[in-house]
Amino acid sequence: MNHWIVAPIVLPAILAPFIIMVLRYHLDLQRIFSVAGVVGLLGIALTITAQAAGGDIHVYELGNWPAPFGIVLVLDRLSAMMVLLTALLALPIVLYAIASGWDERGNHFHPLFQFQLMGVCGAFLTGDAFNLFVFFEVLLIASYGLMTHGGGAVRLKAGVQYVTYNLLGSTLFLFALGTIYSVTGTLNMADLALRVAEIPPEDTALLRVGAVLLLLVFCIKAAVLPLHFWLPASYANAPLPVAALFAIMTKVGAYSILRVYTLVFGPDVPVSHGLVGDWLQPAALVTLAIGSIGILGTQHIARMVAFCAIASMGTLLVAISLFTEVATAAALYYVYHSTLATALLFLVADLVMQRRSGVIGPRPPMPQNGLIATLFFVGAIAMAGMPPLSGFIGKLLVLDAARNAPDATAIWAVVLIGSFVTIVGLARAGSLIFWKSHDASTQDDPTPEAETAPEDADPAPPPPPEPQPGLAFTSVFGLVAGLVLLTLFAGPALDYTRATAAQLFAPEQYISAVLGGDD
Amino acid sequence: MEALVASAVGVLTAAGIFLILRRRTFPVILGLSLLTYAVNVFLFATGRLAVNAPAVLNKYEDVPYTDPLPQALVLTAIVISFGMTAVIVMIALGAYLSAKDDHIDMSARDSVDDAGEDA
Repeated sequence: MNHWIVAPIVLPAILAPFIIMVLRYHLDLQRIFSVAGVVGLLGIALTITAQAAGGDIHVYELGNWPAPFGIVLVLDRLSAMMVLLTALLALPIVLYAIASGWDERGNHFHPLFQFQLMGVCGAFLTGDAFNLFVFFEVLLIASYGLMTHGGGAVRLKAGVQYVTYNLLGSTLFLFALGTIYSVTGTLNMADLALRVAEIPPEDTALLRVGAVLLLLVFCIKAAVLPLHFWLPASYANAPLPVAALFAIMTKVGAYSILRVYTLVFGPDVPVSHGLVGDWLQPAALVTLAIGSIGILGTQHIARMVAFCAIASMGTLLVAISLFTEVATAAALYYVYHSTLATALLFLVADLVMQRRSGVIGPRPPMPQNGLIATLFFVGAIAMAGMPPLSGFIGKLLVLDAARNAPDATAIWAVVLIGSFVTIVGLARAGSLIFWKSHDASTQDDPTPEAETAPEDADPAPPPPPEPQPGLAFTSVFGLVAGLVLLTLFAGPALDYTRATAAQLFAPEQYISAVLGGDD
Repeated sequence: MEALVASAVGVLTAAGIFLILRRRTFPVILGLSLLTYAVNVFLFATGRLAVNAPAVLNKYEDVPYTDPLPQALVLTAIVISFGMTAVIVMIALGAYLSAKDDHIDMSARDSVDDAGEDA
């Protein structure tokens, strides 16, 4: 068996308790081990992506129990690329959290961070529906700790809402799994795919209920519209580097939709024919619309970025809900783009909020205004889908994939108008935050400002301490570099996502790899 | 017995949902607990109800047995929901002690802007 598959789960799972138990009082060592762990995870992710790129599906039987009886981890192109994305996202964020001092504002940031990575990687790799639930819980319970990291009344209240919403989601998940199990008698995804295909269409009422409940759960995670209420308050009140990491969590929902509704309840299976696409697509379009309107309407930079996350999930799910190979390839490219762009904007929002209030409105100028403004506009261009960066390519691919869809007009209209509204909203926020500040300074505050020397020459409102601004900017620029690379190497990336989509829409290979038992 | 178990799940779920829609954290947490009880009983029933049957196969004679998998699932679900309830109680306590207020909704001022940071 190929033991690399379990490594992305085992590494953080060992590192996190080690940090808690041994390095509890040594912040420097915690930081070193946490960064080393993320670098190691990146190395593992690159290795397994190289292994999966060939098109083979690798199966790892936990405890060596054969497939329908034991739990399996399955490595195919999709899980490999999602694990790689997790590692790529985690590295700049952990560096940023260290540089900005967020990790010392409360206890146990680094162990929780590692547990979060463990849960996310596990959710991407598992081939068992109940195990997916367990990894959801692992990532959620770590996220509860990270979300309330640093404390404060508002953050804790937002945390209560977030936990309540997600506990409801977990309960629903269990109801869905129970319903599906009671009909099929299995929870292994490959085995489920076989059983579901065998059930005669007139006998599937309960199974359809289970499938819809499961879709609801994934839609809660993915913040699809009627179920998105938890996201803005949670993300905006979480520590913003953590919110940047949470950019991957909505993608876990999208991944699960893609996995379950291509493999188990595929578009060709009579049970679920027309069940998912018909419901998901309008919901995704409304999500995109409301996200864009939220960007325009909000008064706070963190909430604005949270609505950016909702809007980009809308675009992503529009592509996923088409359930065609071309659209899925586009969606997978867009997953990479939107995760990196959302994380970038959250980190920029944190840079802003470390120096001034996050309210979108004129305030006295902050140190390093020009540099942060540049980063904000790079992020905004990427998020809105303007030409130079990968957002443009991603949205172009989604629109192109939707060209022959029955609702092509609606999709094109919503995506294009949504992008336009996003541009207006981000431009408004950017000009109010970064340009009006100079107006405010000339009117209210006549003292000469030291714009480029933040540390030694403090202006009248002393900026909060920022231990290593160089490292913070480096990690933000790392995300920018990721977006630029994604744009430059769009061709190879698309080749990979097309191959991934082809693999997803040929589930026989997955099923025979899991149930064949020859590994 | 099926009717009894089904109505128990139904009543627990209904009561749980009613409590979750309250505005203070204590009833909401109680509601969450009731919901997790409901889902645990529900999961237990997904393996079909069998009375006085062992959860193992007997290879020597053909005796009735009950499906062991839902029992394992329920065990996992109980542990997880127990842990989660403990976490939400702690977070809710922290929120109550720091905000002096146990309403679960956030006022408009809270959610849009940290007024303290702005002042």
